[in-house]
Amino acid sequence: MKIDWFTVIAQIINFLVLMWLLKHFLYRPILASIDERETNIKKQLLEAESQKKEAAKARDEFNHKNEIFDMEKDELMRKAAIEAKNEGDRLREEARNEANELKEHLEKAFAEDQTIKNNGMAKRIKGEVLDIARKTLKDLSSASLEGQTLEVFLNKINGLRADEKVKLSKALEGGEPILVHSTFPLSKKQREAIRTTVKSLLKTEAVIEFKTRPELINGIEMLSNGYRLSWSIKDYLKPLEEAVGIES
Amino acid sequence: MELSPDETIFWQNGFITINLTLVTTWVLMFVLVLASVLVTRKLRSDLKISRWQCILEMLVTGMNQQIKEVGLKKSEKFLGFIGTLFIFIAFANLCIIFPGYEPPTSSLSTTVALALCVFLATPLFGIAENGVLGYLKTFIEPTFIMLPFNIISEVSRTLALAVRLFGNIMSGGLIVTILLGIAPLFFPVLMTVLGLITGVIQAYIFSILATVYIAAATEESDKKKARTKKMKHKSIGVTNSK
Repeated sequence: MKIDWFTVIAQIINFLVLMWLLKHFLYRPILASIDERETNIKKQLLEAESQKKEAAKARDEFNHKNEIFDMEKDELMRKAAIEAKNEGDRLREEARNEANELKEHLEKAFAEDQTIKNNGMAKRIKGEVLDIARKTLKDLSSASLEGQTLEVFLNKINGLRADEKVKLSKALEGGEPILVHSTFPLSKKQREAIRTTVKSLLKTEAVIEFKTRPELINGIEMLSNGYRLSWSIKDYLKPLEEAVGIES
Repeated sequence: MELSPDETIFWQNGFITINLTLVTTWVLMFVLVLASVLVTRKLRSDLKISRWQCILEMLVTGMNQQIKEVGLKKSEKFLGFIGTLFIFIAFANLCIIFPGYEPPTSSLSTTVALALCVFLATPLFGIAENGVLGYLKTFIEPTFIMLPFNIISEVSRTLALAVRLFGNIMSGGLIVTILLGIAPLFFPVLMTVLGLITGVIQAYIFSILATVYIAAATEESDKKKARTKKMKHKSIGVTNSK
């Protein structure tokens, strides 16, 4: 167990050489590799962090856009609701107006219908009354109703007051012919009686035209330049019509 | 019976002697460097690495971590020296599994050489860190009276390093040799297994003690830096409070 000093020196040199070689071929490359890996990992972590931040930013932006979208949607919904309400109101108003118009139309139609019915009834009543009158007059006298009517009319002409006579005379001054309307066609004799009566009243020859108008209901009327003189059962029926609310 | 591989001489010319210790050391050096070159030739810095690279990375980072834990903050600076001590001693001791192999660490000349390396490296690192005066100041710590004891301690621990490693490894080899004569079948195998453990532990002890000595020699600089830092903090605090 002795120390060989040459071996000691040689081993020191060997150790130093080995140290240099290992440093060059082992520690340095390995540490460099580890450092590079750590750098890469740090870089990746930074990138991941950056991507995370970007993702968070994108998420925030998306949320913000979503909020805006929601607000816009709410606004649109609100506007749509208001428009729908307005449209509904308008349509309801339109429908109400149409309904009112229809109602008015129906009421009018109903009134017209009622009027027509009433008029028909008035005509029937008049007819009935005339029939009754005719029958009564027939029973009272042997002359026909038309003859009685003409007689009454002629009496009315003869019984005109002085001022009315003046009015009739003035009416005839224009040279206009006298129109005589009657419900029934007048016989030649009856026409002559009218001419004679008028002539005796006015003391002058007048042109007289005769026409038949069944709507007069058993009556005669005389027209000349705005002057009118008539007798008809219609005149007697007027108060009845007014009492039952019928317009002739 | 040969107690040391120094005694197996291949070639001698005066002072120059080529013995088994040197030859074995060269072979070990060649294998270590070759293995390092082969593995580090295809190093990858991504996450998928070869298992050999993984083993070497674990070894290097483990040693680096150990150095840091002892107190040397700039561990990369000392990794070359301390790491090589550990790798060489451990590899030399682990190769006892090969029959007929005699570890160079069972030679007192090798262990003395390694201990001398530590003996020289300690003041060199200490001077590099603290300067000559700073390093010499560690000898009169805590008082001037301790100077002779510190010098004795410096020499004796180097001697202890050399003798401890030599004694352990040589005795292991010697016991196996003796037991081969007495009980040649199973017992030497068990003793070899025990020798493997002892070898790794001795490598660890040797290198960790070297680290402790270097840390003790360089700690003055660290202390000074810590004191300066503390003073700076204090002065900043005072300025702020004003």
